[in-house]
Amino acid sequence: MNSISKKEPIFRRKKFRSEAKKDMISGYLYIAPFFIIFTLIGLYPALFSIYLAFQKWNGLSPMKFNGLANFQLVLSDPLFWKSVYNTIIMGIMGTAPQLIVGLILAYLLNMTFLKFKGYFRVTIFMPYLTSMVAVALIFSVLFSNHESSLANYVLTHFLGMDPIAWAASEWGTKIAISIMVFWRWVGYNTIIYLAGIQSIPNDLYEAATVDGANKFQQLLFITIPMMKPFIILTVFTSTVGSMQLFSEPTVFLGADAFTRDEAMTIVMYLYRDAFKLQSFGTASATAIILLVIITIFAVINIRLTQGFGRKKRGVKE
Amino acid sequence: MSNQDKRSRKKFSIGSTIVYLFLFIASILSLFPFYWMFVMATRPSAAYNSIPPTLTPGNMLVENLNKVLNQIDFFGGMWNSFVLCSVVTIVVLFISSLAGFAFAKFKFPGKNIFFVAVLVTMIIPPQLGLIPQYFLISKAGLLDSLPGVMILFFLNPLGIFLMRQYITEAVPDELIEAAKLDGCSNFRIYWRIVLPIILPAFATLGIIVFTAVWGEFLWQFTILRDPETYTIQVALAQLSNTHNIDFGMILSGVFWATVPLLIVFLLFNRLFISSITDGSVK
Repeated sequence: MNSISKKEPIFRRKKFRSEAKKDMISGYLYIAPFFIIFTLIGLYPALFSIYLAFQKWNGLSPMKFNGLANFQLVLSDPLFWKSVYNTIIMGIMGTAPQLIVGLILAYLLNMTFLKFKGYFRVTIFMPYLTSMVAVALIFSVLFSNHESSLANYVLTHFLGMDPIAWAASEWGTKIAISIMVFWRWVGYNTIIYLAGIQSIPNDLYEAATVDGANKFQQLLFITIPMMKPFIILTVFTSTVGSMQLFSEPTVFLGADAFTRDEAMTIVMYLYRDAFKLQSFGTASATAIILLVIITIFAVINIRLTQGFGRKKRGVKE
Repeated sequence: MSNQDKRSRKKFSIGSTIVYLFLFIASILSLFPFYWMFVMATRPSAAYNSIPPTLTPGNMLVENLNKVLNQIDFFGGMWNSFVLCSVVTIVVLFISSLAGFAFAKFKFPGKNIFFVAVLVTMIIPPQLGLIPQYFLISKAGLLDSLPGVMILFFLNPLGIFLMRQYITEAVPDELIEAAKLDGCSNFRIYWRIVLPIILPAFATLGIIVFTAVWGEFLWQFTILRDPETYTIQVALAQLSNTHNIDFGMILSGVFWATVPLLIVFLLFNRLFISSITDGSVK
C-alpha cells in the first residue's frame, strides 16, 4: 500500500476521469426509459393533436387540410358552449364547498383535546378510495329519477319539496354530480390541509398567546396565512381536475351520457366527437381549446392566490 | 398540571360538543353510502321502490352477485385490473427510482434541463393527446389489450420527482463514494445500496400509482372495447349502460369491487394517508 502511494495521485485522477464519464453515461441511461416512452406516447401524440386539429379526418379516409374550419365549427356549436358552461358550473359547485369544508375539518381534526382522531381521519378519507366509476354508480342509485330514491325521499318527506328528476333535469344532474365530486374529494383535501396545519411550528401560537391573541385571531393571522402553499396547491389541482371532469357524468347518466346535454362536459364533448361521431379533426380542435381553457384558469388561479398571499402578509405586518 | 386540568375540563363543554358533533356527522356522511350500498346489494331490486326506504340488510347478497356474474365478467375484470395495476406499479417504481437516482446523484450535462422537462410533462392535460394515442395503440395492434393500456401509465413524472427528493435526502454521498472505491458498478450501487434504502418511498409511490391506475377510467374505457379485456372499472360502467336498470345488481357489483381495496386500506390506513400527503405536499 505504502509503496504505491507516490503513484496514487495520477492513478486517482485517471480513475476519477473515467469515473465521471461512467457516471455521465449512467445518468443518461437511467433517465432514458422515461424520455423514450414520453417521446413516443406523450410528446408525439400531443404534437400530432395540434396537426390533427387543422385536418378533416374520419379515421379511415385520407386527411384533408381544412385550416381553421374545425375551430370555427366547434366554437360555433351551441353544444360546445353548453359543455363549457356545464363544466364550469359543476366545477365551482363541486370544488368550492369541498375546499372550505376540508379546511374546517382539518382544523377540527387538529384540536388537541380531540379523541378518536384516527377513526375520524380514516372514515373521512375513505370515500377517496372508491373509484370514480363506483362513486358514480352508487350515486346514480341514491339520486335516481324515481320518486322513491333516497335523495327524493329526503326531499319530499323532510324538506317538503317536490321530487327531482336527478338524471334528467338541468340542475338535478349538476347538483347530483357536484355532490358526488364533493363526497369523494373532501377527505383527500382534508388530509392535505391537516398535514399543512401540523407543519406550522407551535412556537408561533405560543408567541401569539403571550401577545394576547385569542383562538380566532390565531386562526386568522397564523393558521390561514401559513396554510397558503397548501391552499394554493389544492385550489390549483382541483381547478385543473374539475376542467377534466369525465367519468362521473358519463357513468352517472349511463346509456344517456352522450345524448343528453345537461351534464355534458368538455371532455365528454371531445370524446363524443371522436369516438361516437368519428370527427377526429374537431375533437382535436376541442382538445386544443381545452388546453387553452385550462391554461387560462391556471393563470387566473395563480394570479388570485398571489394576491391573496400579499393581502394576508399586508395585514400581518 | 392542575392548570392544564382546568383548561381541558373547560374545553369539555359546548365548544367541544359542537366539534364532536360536526366530525361525527362528517364521518356518518362519509360512511353512509358504503353502508347503503351494502344494504342494496343484499336486497331485491323491488326494495328500492319502498317508502320509507329500506335501511337494513336483506338476504340476497349471493343472488345479486350471481346476477352481476351473469351480466359482466366480474372476476375477469378484477383480475385484469389487478394485473394492469401490478405491472404498471412495478415498472413505474423501476423507471422512477432509476431516473430519480440519476437526477439525485450523478453529474451530467443538461441534467437540470431534463429535470425541468420532467416537471413540465406533469402539466400537459392527459386529454390533449388522447386521439393520437388511441390511433398509436391501434396501429401497434394493442387495442383491446392490457399492454395497450399499460404503456401510457408508465409515464409518471411525479414518481421521478418524489424519488429524486427521497434519494437526495436518504442516500448519503459517502456511501456511494465508498461503494465506488470498492469497484461497484453504478447499476450494482443502485440495486444493492439505493434500492434497500428507498423501500419506504416505494411503499408511498406504489400506493399512489396502484390506486390511481385502479380508479382511472377514460383511458381504459377508450382502449378496451372487447368485454374479454375489460378491467373492473370498464366492466362496472357497463352495469348502468342500459335502460333496464337493476339497482340491486349494480350496487352488488360495486360492493364486491370496492371491498377488497377497502380492506387493504383499513389494514394499512396510516401508510395510505401518509402516501397522499407525501405525494402532493413535498
